[in-house]
Amino acid sequence: MKKIITLKIDDKEVKTEEGMTLLEAAKKAGVEIPTLCYHEGLEPYGACRICSVEIEKRGRSRIVAACCYPVEEGLNVRTRSPKIDKIRKTIIELAYVMAGEDVGGNMRALASEYNADPSRFRLRVPMEPTKCILCGLCVRRCVEANWDSAIGFTGRGINRRVVLFPEKSGICSRCNYCYLVCPTGRISSIGPDPPFPYIDDVLAGRK
Amino acid sequence: MGTVECISSPEDLKKLRQEIRAKREPSKPSVSVCVSTGCVALGARRVMEAFKAELNKQGLKDEVEIKETGCLGFCEQGPRVTVYPQEICYLKVKPEDVPEIVSKTILEKQVVERLLYTDYTTGETAQKLEDIPFYKYQLRLLLEDNAKIDPKNIEDYIALGGYSALAKSLFEMTPEHVIEQIKKANLRGRGGGGFPTGLKWETTRNALGEPKYVIVNCDQGDPGAFMDRSLMEGNPHSVLEGLIIGGYAIGAHEGFVYVREEYPIAVESISTAIRQAEEYGLLGENIMGSGFNFRVKVHRGAGAFVSGESSALMTAIEGKVGEPRPKYVHTAVKGIWDKPSCLNNDKTWATVPLIILRGAEWFRNIGTEGSSGTMIFSLVGKVNNTGLVEVPMGITLRDLIYKIGGGIRGGKKFKAVQTGGPSGGFIPEEHLDLPVDFDELTKVGSMMGSGGMVVIDEDTCMVDVARYFVDFLLEESCGKCIPCREGLRVLSRILNDICEGKGRDEDMQTTEDIAETMREVSLCALGTTATNPVLTSLKYFRDEWEQHIGEKRCQAKVCKALINYYIDPQKCQACLLCLRECPVGAVQGGKEQVHWIDQETCVKCGTCYELCNFDAVKKLSGEPIPPSPPKGTKPIRKRKRGN
Repeated sequence: MKKIITLKIDDKEVKTEEGMTLLEAAKKAGVEIPTLCYHEGLEPYGACRICSVEIEKRGRSRIVAACCYPVEEGLNVRTRSPKIDKIRKTIIELAYVMAGEDVGGNMRALASEYNADPSRFRLRVPMEPTKCILCGLCVRRCVEANWDSAIGFTGRGINRRVVLFPEKSGICSRCNYCYLVCPTGRISSIGPDPPFPYIDDVLAGRK
Repeated sequence: MGTVECISSPEDLKKLRQEIRAKREPSKPSVSVCVSTGCVALGARRVMEAFKAELNKQGLKDEVEIKETGCLGFCEQGPRVTVYPQEICYLKVKPEDVPEIVSKTILEKQVVERLLYTDYTTGETAQKLEDIPFYKYQLRLLLEDNAKIDPKNIEDYIALGGYSALAKSLFEMTPEHVIEQIKKANLRGRGGGGFPTGLKWETTRNALGEPKYVIVNCDQGDPGAFMDRSLMEGNPHSVLEGLIIGGYAIGAHEGFVYVREEYPIAVESISTAIRQAEEYGLLGENIMGSGFNFRVKVHRGAGAFVSGESSALMTAIEGKVGEPRPKYVHTAVKGIWDKPSCLNNDKTWATVPLIILRGAEWFRNIGTEGSSGTMIFSLVGKVNNTGLVEVPMGITLRDLIYKIGGGIRGGKKFKAVQTGGPSGGFIPEEHLDLPVDFDELTKVGSMMGSGGMVVIDEDTCMVDVARYFVDFLLEESCGKCIPCREGLRVLSRILNDICEGKGRDEDMQTTEDIAETMREVSLCALGTTATNPVLTSLKYFRDEWEQHIGEKRCQAKVCKALINYYIDPQKCQACLLCLRECPVGAVQGGKEQVHWIDQETCVKCGTCYELCNFDAVKKLSGEPIPPSPPKGTKPIRKRKRGN
């Protein structure tokens, strides 16, 4: 039997089990926290930071990613505040730089909810839109479904991209999971052509 | 080393130490040459060869000992040679100097004056190391032995008392007692975080899960910093001894040394040290007969700045791409392969044997209330003396820069000092009397980091230098989280725009917005601290930002797009030098005709500015360029050329 932990989320008292994350606890309490790189059943990844929430502990407050932070006794969690909203707005606006304005899915819904201006930073740093925010859900989901991943990351920093590894393309079982988890609608269909650029193309700067 | 019998008790170690000491004659002349990276780059290997050849030639091969030692930190004055027993320290030694050193100093016991350190202000010379002002104000606990030890010879370390702290820990102390001492000493993480080391050890010891690991972080990747590598190169056994003691205290039987592949001497040093310690029975099974087993592996890092971050480093040891992961559950509890893993900087590990031997009280009395002990800084930039500096915590920035660093180069004016590496903040003159410790540096928007210290003078543009560090961090960001990856991408664009004269009114506000988000929510410390240089530049040097954006002016005259070169017709002597050397032919005029610059053609390379002997070429920024003199204007002759 796991230890029961009591904490407050947006002034609501919530009883959870030890080892749960703040995100899971909030869900249980009916409080919604936005996510982009999170998926139930996959290991928390902590890359999009959109689930940032304010926590207060012994009089000191800080901002943490709800998808990774474990519940603690007596914690006071605030999921919305002017500060949090501003941070989420900025994150979305930053994510648009790479993704481009033509994105769908969860990303678009969040942009309107947080009043984000998709072109705020994008116009400053013009680049070929990738429709991808590198949340890694497709990569992680593929490992889960196929015990290996046909897709993966290449490059570092601003050159990071998700690509299909040609030598591993045989792994692709057309399971469509990557399509289902994509928060930006980048992976629009799984047809005979793989939806990801080939690594050779990326390295040669063709895609 | 084949004749060595394995040390199987503390008494064996003592006996061995006595034997080594007995074999050595302190009065015997010897020469030690620094063979660390800096001195080697300046030709120390050739100096070494010259000594061997000269001693052979003079038939002194058996009378004089030659020793290769580690770094003493004053690298710009290398190669460094010390002659014993007089302890005369010669700097900037060249192979040609060697015959004179041998015949004069070794044979006739005289000093070669010209090779001594000469103070550039007073002209005084110093014979011994501790008389050089650079060393006078230092307290060298960790670096001291670098001068006395051949890092490839374990017996040198043992002779100086090495591994007696390990013997004391294993035979006279319980693991809990060791941790208690480290806690009492208030040792804090030297990698820059300043986390209490004893507490970290205790957390790993008490964490559930086996096996446990201990790790040395020697991934130092800051531009201009070399303290971690110098320690690893010069005294690897001190790090190793600390690590074994840590393993014993924590209950770990396996350790990793993470060291950059680009530090070949450090890799070789620690690998040799591990092999020798194993041969001597100080590492491996049943260490010194205590029943404690401990193994160490060297992991060579592929050279990513972000891999110095603890979770990224551990991911790299697991064989994956070195990317950070969320650390709300500390790596001390869930680290390598999700097992409890205690990671400390090499300077932290090397401090451990000192605390065990000399006591927690002794250590606490050095430094400040909150930060005990010493810290090694890599003092570089626009100071007269650059190099590695070990000082007690709490020394003021002013003493560091002026007493040890010898002040600003070329009599220029101090502008700022950046502490803590590329993601440290710039500290302006008003805070020069700040005592340097973990907490004080954070208060003014910077950090201790792993000890980088870059001094900046009036000729540096604070927007440009912020741009430089943002671009560095942009290169080094792993790209996993959005705030760091995209935040740095946009910040870099904005800063480059400002430096190129394309800054916009809203840029300072946008910079602050992005920086705030990055600082609050980035996944790892690379992202959260990346904003330090930007925010402190903006906070303390806001006027420069405003000038760049509003007036298109760069007061330090660094930003190319905002400056113009102009030849003062009153001063130009029509010597043709700049005219001939200009790579794009922008300098006009001719023989007996005052020169002028065609602004349309000029690419602002600064060649004319560097070359002019008459101080006639000026840099202008934010002011109109005076019209060119009429064609054929004769120069106003100076009486004497070159004045």
